[in-house]
Amino acid sequence: MNLIREIIANYNYLITIFLMVAGLYIVVAKSNMIKTLLGLGVFQTSVYLLYLSPGKILGGTPPILDESFAVYSNPLPHVLILTAIVVGVATLALGLALVVRINEAYGTIEEDEIMDHVDRDDQA
Amino acid sequence: MELLINMVLLTLLAVITVGIIRVRNLFGVVVLAGAYSFLMASVMIVLDAVDVAMTEASVGAGISTVLALGALHLTKTEEAPPRYSAMIPLFVAVGTGAMLIYGTWGLPAFGLADTPMNTGVGLDYLNRNYGETNIPNVVTSVLASYRGFDTLGETTVIFTAGIGVLLLLKRFQREG
Amino acid sequence: MRLDTILRVISKLFIPFIFIFALYVQLHGDYGPGGGFQAGVILAAGVILYAIIYGLNAAKRAVPIRLVEFLIPLGVLIYGAVGVWGLLVGDNYLEYNNLSHGNQPHGQERGVFWVEIGVLVTVASTMIAIFYAFAGRGRE
Repeated sequence: MNLIREIIANYNYLITIFLMVAGLYIVVAKSNMIKTLLGLGVFQTSVYLLYLSPGKILGGTPPILDESFAVYSNPLPHVLILTAIVVGVATLALGLALVVRINEAYGTIEEDEIMDHVDRDDQA
Repeated sequence: MELLINMVLLTLLAVITVGIIRVRNLFGVVVLAGAYSFLMASVMIVLDAVDVAMTEASVGAGISTVLALGALHLTKTEEAPPRYSAMIPLFVAVGTGAMLIYGTWGLPAFGLADTPMNTGVGLDYLNRNYGETNIPNVVTSVLASYRGFDTLGETTVIFTAGIGVLLLLKRFQREG
Repeated sequence: MRLDTILRVISKLFIPFIFIFALYVQLHGDYGPGGGFQAGVILAAGVILYAIIYGLNAAKRAVPIRLVEFLIPLGVLIYGAVGVWGLLVGDNYLEYNNLSHGNQPHGQERGVFWVEIGVLVTVASTMIAIFYAFAGRGRE
């Protein structure tokens, strides 16, 4: 019973770690490049959750100042994560542009097949 | 009630992530990633981060999906069957997860107001924001005024990404 | 009757409202959620919707690529210019107080306004340029 109460109290962190591990698995295990980039996106969003969860105050309100509220959630993680989201989409755009050029050069976007291609070129 | 909505949304996020891992049709994966971004925006609203939720919804579910679909149009849409066994990456991932769970067991409980994180600089910004800048939205004033240098760096990063993509993908039209 | 008549009519109704919504999000960023980044992405989404429904050539006639390429560095330049103004008056870089003769809350509000305009211009034009680059690569 105590374990269930602990799990419900820390549910945010458990799901954050699950998403982080899933993103790490996609990046390491999958060889399709577009899937790797999307897995990197999953990893990044799990880090956003990791920053935003401790900043929430139960009974608080979003950090927009008004006379009728006294307790506000912490605004500092919001600022950092806003920057991180935009930098993440910039990285995704550049990564996808590189994948398009690799596809034009090698004809495939699977890393295994590209490694075969390179090995064949090295032996030739 | 907030906690219940929070838990349901987070469980849906985990289910969609399992879908992203297993589905092999890349078009379906991109659509699932768009649904994932929308759910993440909803979770952020429950966590009282409204600016971040708007940015994640518009950037993650809007621009990311459009760019990924554009890249799929120019490459292939089906993932090849896996060539090597996935045991070693799975073992590494589960081991990292176990160590992380052990690490977060000592974090303070969710939602308290007197943790070291919530009584430091964040509270200071909340207290002196309206006196120094008459801007009610604390996130905008911290982003543009207190931490203005970081936003200058971020704008430069977007500019660099745009220039990089134009260098890689732009075709120069020959006249005539 | 074309197969995409409904899409064309509905998007023609929607796109002006998308632009007005982007302007609202930008200018009300001080009083509610919003700001430069969100508004820039919503503005780019309106142009991208027009390009998807009506074709890339029609969109390139409406928003020429030369204009978009000119606007990408202009936003960073506006942001840097606000900072350099502080240097020219004799204060620190990116010091907003001197934008309204030393009156602190007014100066901060003006500085935040101009900085957000710079962010809006760069983000919107970069997203449009990236979309043009991806969509224009397939035809050859």
